[in-house]
Amino acid sequence: MAKRVAIVGAGQTHHKSHRLDVNGREMINEAVTRALADCEIAIMDIDAIIIGNMDHFESINYVDTWSVEGSGGVMKPIMKITTGGTTGTSVAIAAYYHVASGLFDRVLAIGWEKNSESDTTAAIVTCSDPVWDRFSYSGAIPSLATEASAYMEQYGATEEDAARVAVRDRTHALNNPYAQMYNRPITIQDVMESSMLAYPIKLLDVCPRTDGACAVVFAAEGSAEKMTPRPAWIKSTAVRHTTTWFGDVDYDTGMLSLQRAAKEAYEKAGINNPAEDFDVAELYLPYSYAGLKWIEALGFCGPGEGPAFVGEGNTDMGGKIPMNPSGGVISTNCIGATALLRVAEAALQIMGKGDKRQVPDVKTALATGFGGCWWSDVIVLTRDKP
Amino acid sequence: MAEWLQDVEDLTLKGQINVPYAWSVGEVGSRFLVALRDEEKILGNRCPGCNTVYVPPRKNCGSCFKDIDDNQWTELGPEGVVTAFTIVRYDYPLQPAKAPFAYAIIKLDGADVGFVHLIRQGLEKLRNGVRVKALFKEERTGHILDVDSFELLEAQAEETWKR
Amino acid sequence: MEKIAIVGVAQTKYERRKKGEIFYDMVYEVTAKAMEDAGYTLDDIDNVITVSNDFWDGRTISCMAVQEAAGAHDKNVSTVEGDGAFGAFYGAMRVLGGFKTTLVVTHSKGSEGDPKVITNAMFDPVYHRALGLDAISSSALQAQAYMEKYGITEEQCAMVSVKNHGNAKNNPYAQLPMDITVEDVMQSRKIADPLKLLDCSPVSDGAAAIIIADKNSAKKAKTKPVWIKGIAHCSDAYFLGDRDLADPRALRDATARAYAMAGITKPRDEIDVVELYDAFSYMEPLWLEGMGFCDPGTGGRMIEKGFSEKDGSLPVNPSGGVLSAHPVLTAGLARIIESTLQLRGEAGERQVTDARTALAHGINGPCGQSHCVWILGRE
Repeated sequence: MAKRVAIVGAGQTHHKSHRLDVNGREMINEAVTRALADCEIAIMDIDAIIIGNMDHFESINYVDTWSVEGSGGVMKPIMKITTGGTTGTSVAIAAYYHVASGLFDRVLAIGWEKNSESDTTAAIVTCSDPVWDRFSYSGAIPSLATEASAYMEQYGATEEDAARVAVRDRTHALNNPYAQMYNRPITIQDVMESSMLAYPIKLLDVCPRTDGACAVVFAAEGSAEKMTPRPAWIKSTAVRHTTTWFGDVDYDTGMLSLQRAAKEAYEKAGINNPAEDFDVAELYLPYSYAGLKWIEALGFCGPGEGPAFVGEGNTDMGGKIPMNPSGGVISTNCIGATALLRVAEAALQIMGKGDKRQVPDVKTALATGFGGCWWSDVIVLTRDKP
Repeated sequence: MAEWLQDVEDLTLKGQINVPYAWSVGEVGSRFLVALRDEEKILGNRCPGCNTVYVPPRKNCGSCFKDIDDNQWTELGPEGVVTAFTIVRYDYPLQPAKAPFAYAIIKLDGADVGFVHLIRQGLEKLRNGVRVKALFKEERTGHILDVDSFELLEAQAEETWKR
Repeated sequence: MEKIAIVGVAQTKYERRKKGEIFYDMVYEVTAKAMEDAGYTLDDIDNVITVSNDFWDGRTISCMAVQEAAGAHDKNVSTVEGDGAFGAFYGAMRVLGGFKTTLVVTHSKGSEGDPKVITNAMFDPVYHRALGLDAISSSALQAQAYMEKYGITEEQCAMVSVKNHGNAKNNPYAQLPMDITVEDVMQSRKIADPLKLLDCSPVSDGAAAIIIADKNSAKKAKTKPVWIKGIAHCSDAYFLGDRDLADPRALRDATARAYAMAGITKPRDEIDVVELYDAFSYMEPLWLEGMGFCDPGTGGRMIEKGFSEKDGSLPVNPSGGVLSAHPVLTAGLARIIESTLQLRGEAGERQVTDARTALAHGINGPCGQSHCVWILGRE
């Protein structure tokens, strides 16, 4: 019988575009020591460690073994999980299984990235198949731009509709001193006037590049309750990493991987009406248009209804279903950590540790991951033990 | 297996990953490299928890997981003892020396851990336990190879005598 | 630990270069074969763990290249970046944690990249990479430290190479079955003292897959289940100078925990066959010591006395080991597969008589920094 698993603590660095004062190991150590302090344990209380990042952004091979001095892995079991942008949620899910298996009682999940150390686009283009995709349809922006223009054409959404999402996330970041874009709010006009990258995506529609790390402590039932007054229980997880070649993605439909992952995670968690059943959502939205289209795939509203749902304020703090109280990916994007931050922030909401970004009375939270070739991870967290 | 596959010519596509990197050395590492560059000194630091003296210096101790504050710096070497070595017999562009040359793990005087570096000369006399000394380059940039290599002290002594 | 078993296995032949195949092809081949071995359909595979490495594959998000080929299109999937034994460890946890079955599949094409550049990238970019260290020169440091400390001889290590290449003649998957002598090894080209060409593993292409199942799903498989009795892993410190390279303490730690889980108290008596990660000849005696089969420093003598021969009292690497085929990442999973075949009695010419309990082993990181130990049993 699988053990029930909860998040009992989390820590993160103050995310910045360049952290020249620390090397990668030292940056990881900051997040780790903060996570341990959050649930008042020492590294010797941790039974196993899972770490993730995207290799070519720092060019370090076998990051798990390289990291041990900073991650706390000396003479411990440590393994590396890496699945592109979804790395952070894959790491969280791995931590879940480490504990659910019964083999480990308290486990540390770490996501990190030091994007300042490389040319992000030069590194990311290597994710595409070298024979078929790499020379043409590559990098993060082109496929997103394709999706955005297809969505606009299909439903009449406008660039301003999307800008509203970016404005929301950057406004929420005002409450999150860890966010890279903390205290740097923007307006719709700012977004519209920012430089065009690839139609219709403009500079302020997309996420930044960040140096940062996040560490989360997972514990088994029996221990979790002793470590924090209100553990955030992992109710369900689902992953669909569906496609290999970018040409196989159908932009005329909703995001297939997210629909399928959400369906499985919701079924396992008894979620029938996401807008009602969730109290908060930390969504991996790497660009503004995702905040319109992908919330439809998640069932918050129907196809094409994203712009109205967001425009009416439903996803703002104080709204029906606050999204990204942390500021989201548009405010901070240390890629290996980004999806883990969604899980950490959702957990903080349930644990009541959200400080100025706390949504009142959170019982059920949603965290998602995105990356690779249009892949999705969905995790449901609850205040009540499953 | 379809017959037509047997007549197919297997092509190979050559390519390379070209990504420039700029690794943050961090404050602790920077102080170490700057000391190599500006003072020809090898610095280490001591963990206040377990007293291990590390080189290169660390921001936190991997064993006891304590932070190592700014008051723990100490000068090491420039001499030390070889605790392990290998004489490399193959050439490769990545290597800063032509074969044969040696990699060695050197316990610098004052350090508790080994320091990995190069030995270029005197390979016939190389044994575990021999004393070596850091040889600095004339032109230094704040790089691990500001230390050109380590020299066997015996060899140094012989050389001095010959002159 | 709940009863979970390995119910399906598959390997490609390991070769210097599989010119006509891409990663996808190799992964598809072993996925299909592992399913066929188990008598499973795609619906019986509950989730997938792929194992890949962005450097070896020359591709960021290297898992992208193989997930569909591994049958993961509409399934829960994740990826471990590290040796296959560690990937399988995660696969096992997924079954213990609720999935009915996990397919674990690894792939590697050492032929497609530059192993020296790729392994140089394991080393710290500020302090060690510019020295030009790679897997071979760093392992040579470990070999020297170990051999000097205990007086292990080059001849004793050469015996490992002779034995394992000889054993490979019985293994249809092995890349380098060879009839060689200690003299051949001693005369082979010096690479980095004390390592000579025949002390080193080759560069290889290949893929492998296993299917792990819970007790109920194991009943549906057509193979005799091989039970996972104990699994553990542990990492040592990172900087080579921080470690005692002659003391495999991380291996000792992992082995102790695996033995405890499996109820093994007298390894020499209770383990019938060992498949360990001999990337270099010196690693066999060093890891045997770490696993508690002999006292520290006596590994060389154990080899010399013939205990680890195929018909010795503790056969080690009857498959030919990593010295005979080194598809990186896959090699650790291959050790688990070979052990599984031994316990099923399906190891053909390399079969050890009446093997009931096996130890399989994988390593990760420079100089075997991290070790993963598996204890498998027939019952």
